[in-house]
Amino acid sequence: MIDPAQLKSIAYNCRKATYLIEKQQIGKITMREKLELKIHLAGCSICVTFMKQSKLINQMARNLLSSGPAALKLNESYKKKLRERIDDHLANN
Amino acid sequence: MQTTRSEISNFKTGPSDPHLWVDKYADYLYGFALVRINSQELARDLVQETFLAALEKYRAFEGRSTEKTWLTAILKNKIVDVYRSKGSGFAKKGSMLESENMDHDFFDQEDGHWNNQHRPAAFGIEQVDALENKEFQKILKACMDKLPSIWLSVFTMKHIDDESTEMICQSLKLSSSNFWVIIHRAKVNLRSCLQKNWI
Repeated sequence: MIDPAQLKSIAYNCRKATYLIEKQQIGKITMREKLELKIHLAGCSICVTFMKQSKLINQMARNLLSSGPAALKLNESYKKKLRERIDDHLANN
Repeated sequence: MQTTRSEISNFKTGPSDPHLWVDKYADYLYGFALVRINSQELARDLVQETFLAALEKYRAFEGRSTEKTWLTAILKNKIVDVYRSKGSGFAKKGSMLESENMDHDFFDQEDGHWNNQHRPAAFGIEQVDALENKEFQKILKACMDKLPSIWLSVFTMKHIDDESTEMICQSLKLSSSNFWVIIHRAKVNLRSCLQKNWI
C-alpha cells in the first residue's frame, strides 16, 4: 500500500516530478515512482510541458553533431600546421 | 597540391595513410570535440593530440575498424581524460556543492513547486520544426556551453554519446546519486535557458 501522505508530497512537488521524468528517460524508475509520476502529471500541465520539452532537448542534442557545428570548420592555418607536424613526424621515423 | 598528394600515396606504409588525415578527418574530429567541450582552443588541441597519438601506433592499425572510427575512439578517450581532470578539479574546489545550489531558484525551497519566473511555458514551435531549426540549435549549443563543465560532461556523455550510466560514473568518479542530480539539474537549466533565449 502507498502511504497517502507520500502521494500528497509527490502530487504537489514539481522538483521531484521533474527528477523522475529525467530518470525515467534514461534509466529505470520503480513501479511506485511511475504511479506517483502519473498522478502528478495528471494534475500538473506545467510538468507535462517540461516533459515534452525535455524529450525534445534530448533529440536535439543527438542531432547536434550531424547538423550543428559541422558548419564550424577548423581554420586553414591550423590545418597547415597539423599537416606539417605529421609530415615531420613521418620523416623522422 | 594534386601531384604531391599522389606522390605521397605511393609511399603508403600501411592500410592507413597519415598524410591524408588532416584533409579527411580534421574538420570532423574538430566538430566532434567542439560539441562535447565548451572551448574551441581545447577542441583544436585535442585534434592535434589525437593525430600525434595515432601516429605512434598507426602501423599497428589493422583496419579492423575504419580509420575514421579508430581516430574517433582515440579522440573520445582524450575527451574523457579532460572531463575527468575537470571533474576532479571541481570536487577539490568544492564547486560541486555550489552547483548543487543552482536549482534553488527554479523550485520553491519548501514545497518544490515551480517558482513563477521559471515555470515552463510552450516554446511555441512544433517538435519537428524545432529539430530542424538552425537558430534553435544554436541557442541550445550556447546554453550547453553555459553549464558547469562537469554537468556538460555528464550531459554529452549520456545524451550525445549514449554511454552507460556506470561507465560515466566510473570515468568521472561520480556516485550514482550525484549522477542523477546532475542529469536533472542540467536539464532544468538547459530548458530554462532555451525558453529565455527563444521566446
